[in-house]
Amino acid sequence: MAFLEINNVNKRFGQFVAVEDFNLKVERGEFVSFLGPSGCGKTTTLRMVAGFEMPTEGEILINGADVTHKPPNQRNVGMVFQSYALFPNMTVADNIGFGLKVARKGKDEIAKVVDEMLALIHMESFRQRYPYQMSGGQQQRVALARALAIHPQVLLLDEPLSALDAKIRVELRTEIRAIQQKLGITTIYVTHDQEEALSLSDRIVVMKDGHIEQVGSPFQIYNFPETPFVASFVGTLNVVDAVVRDPQSGALTVDGQEIQTAQPLSVSAGQTVRIAVRPEMLRMTANSGSGGTNELSGTVDTVTFLGSIVRVQVRLEKSKLFFDMFNNPHLVPPQVGEKLTVYFPREACLVV
Amino acid sequence: MKRSRFWSWLWIGLGILYFFIPLLATLNFSLRMKKDVISLMAYEKVLADPGFVKSFTFSAEMAFFTILASMILIVPTAYWVHLRLPQAKPIVEFITLLPFVIPAIVLVFGLIRIFSRPPFVLTASPALLVAGYVVLSFPYMYRAVDNGLRAMDVRSLTEAAQSLGAGWGTILLKVIFPNLKVALLSGTFLTFAIVIGELTLASLLAWPALGPYMALLGQNRAYEPAALAIMSFALTWGMIGLIQVFTRGTSGTALGGMK
Repeated sequence: MAFLEINNVNKRFGQFVAVEDFNLKVERGEFVSFLGPSGCGKTTTLRMVAGFEMPTEGEILINGADVTHKPPNQRNVGMVFQSYALFPNMTVADNIGFGLKVARKGKDEIAKVVDEMLALIHMESFRQRYPYQMSGGQQQRVALARALAIHPQVLLLDEPLSALDAKIRVELRTEIRAIQQKLGITTIYVTHDQEEALSLSDRIVVMKDGHIEQVGSPFQIYNFPETPFVASFVGTLNVVDAVVRDPQSGALTVDGQEIQTAQPLSVSAGQTVRIAVRPEMLRMTANSGSGGTNELSGTVDTVTFLGSIVRVQVRLEKSKLFFDMFNNPHLVPPQVGEKLTVYFPREACLVV
Repeated sequence: MKRSRFWSWLWIGLGILYFFIPLLATLNFSLRMKKDVISLMAYEKVLADPGFVKSFTFSAEMAFFTILASMILIVPTAYWVHLRLPQAKPIVEFITLLPFVIPAIVLVFGLIRIFSRPPFVLTASPALLVAGYVVLSFPYMYRAVDNGLRAMDVRSLTEAAQSLGAGWGTILLKVIFPNLKVALLSGTFLTFAIVIGELTLASLLAWPALGPYMALLGQNRAYEPAALAIMSFALTWGMIGLIQVFTRGTSGTALGGMK
């Protein structure tokens, strides 16, 4: 039996369906991210696990116990909020010790746990500070320590890094993952940032319009998207229209140029389909993969310098493709207007 | 530019004169009890009068109970409205503003009519006076608490406390009340200032409060009422000054009240 089970959960607000037929099993110690755009139901699902929302239908089990109708203060679930939600009237130490004080633990035990937590987040010297005396990143680390101090069964994080600047976000997400692995705590992480989900998670649940689109490891989600939505939402894609020439062999034409997919197509000849190719699969040199290489020729439309990478956009006839080149001082990027052929393996061709 | 500034200062000056001339005249008059000498005799007489001490003490007690009852009634109500019933906010705001629309005289006659016959005979109890004062303090106390709640993330703080195992009592006492400290102080001082000078309710419910005492004094004496008026002004301003002191020098999202 999984440690956390969400079975057939539905949540409706009046006529609006926020979460539909949600099923998920999370193993003990697993880090699972709910990824999706705003309004996809990821936070609502998390709030149902926390007990802040009641499912309209379905059940939630933690460690075999049905907690579906238990109030949040009886679930032993730690929560970290986007807005930190530290108690402004309390010091860092009081914030971290709050849950233990509520549980009527002894002073010595509280002091010991607070010390441990402060060491865990490397903020020993901040114990007497008030929230307003700290930066956003520091506050969020304290919020994490506060949630962990009660030794929760499950740790829930609701877009905890969204309010922070980019550099702190990357630092803190590494720290969150390290702490989670060190403590082996079962974690659910809500985010709309694919990079966060891909870098942190054991598994990702991609959601759209209240339902699950795909559940899988970051590798599976990125490389083998099962739905057009997952393909377009996770990572960046070149999407172009192609006309099916021979479904059996997977032959297609893009702006009159022939390419081939690795798999046969399930549509008839003459139909138009949309194919997607990840930009990192495009090369300027032919490098035949095991399944053969496709090539498309066009004219360089734009060359954009983005610091660590240079983004090149190639115009075919109607379609456009872009790919990135890693920057280095000796790089000679193609010139605008130059004729260019790009190559990509057949298996990189996703029909969406 | 200069021309518009001149007119601004002129109107401000006129406003100050309009406000302060009567006050200065009253102050001057209150110091003239002894013929041809400036003295504090009127103030000494007022402070030496056992009636004043008795009525002031009574009003201060009523203010204390009013503040206590207001907090117990308004903080959980405003908190719940913020947390779970935001759609009820306009209704609650309307109710709390009613004392500005319904004169105290109407309120007191209503209270007397309802609470002078069974099943609730309360006209002989100071609880009815406190209840009336609570209604009069609604706009000030509610606004202060509402501002305080607006300044903090009520929902997240509540949910954070809940996820840490806290029940409603703990959340209110350990999280909400302490973070409303400044807002509650503002409400407290304003309520105190209102109750201490209130006349209509105390007079018609026949309680020996400071308001009726001042009114009575005004009918029989000349200098003492002027001294009392100045003292009550000083008290009110003192309260407003204290609000400023407590509001200043504090920072962060926890603060609200008189912003």
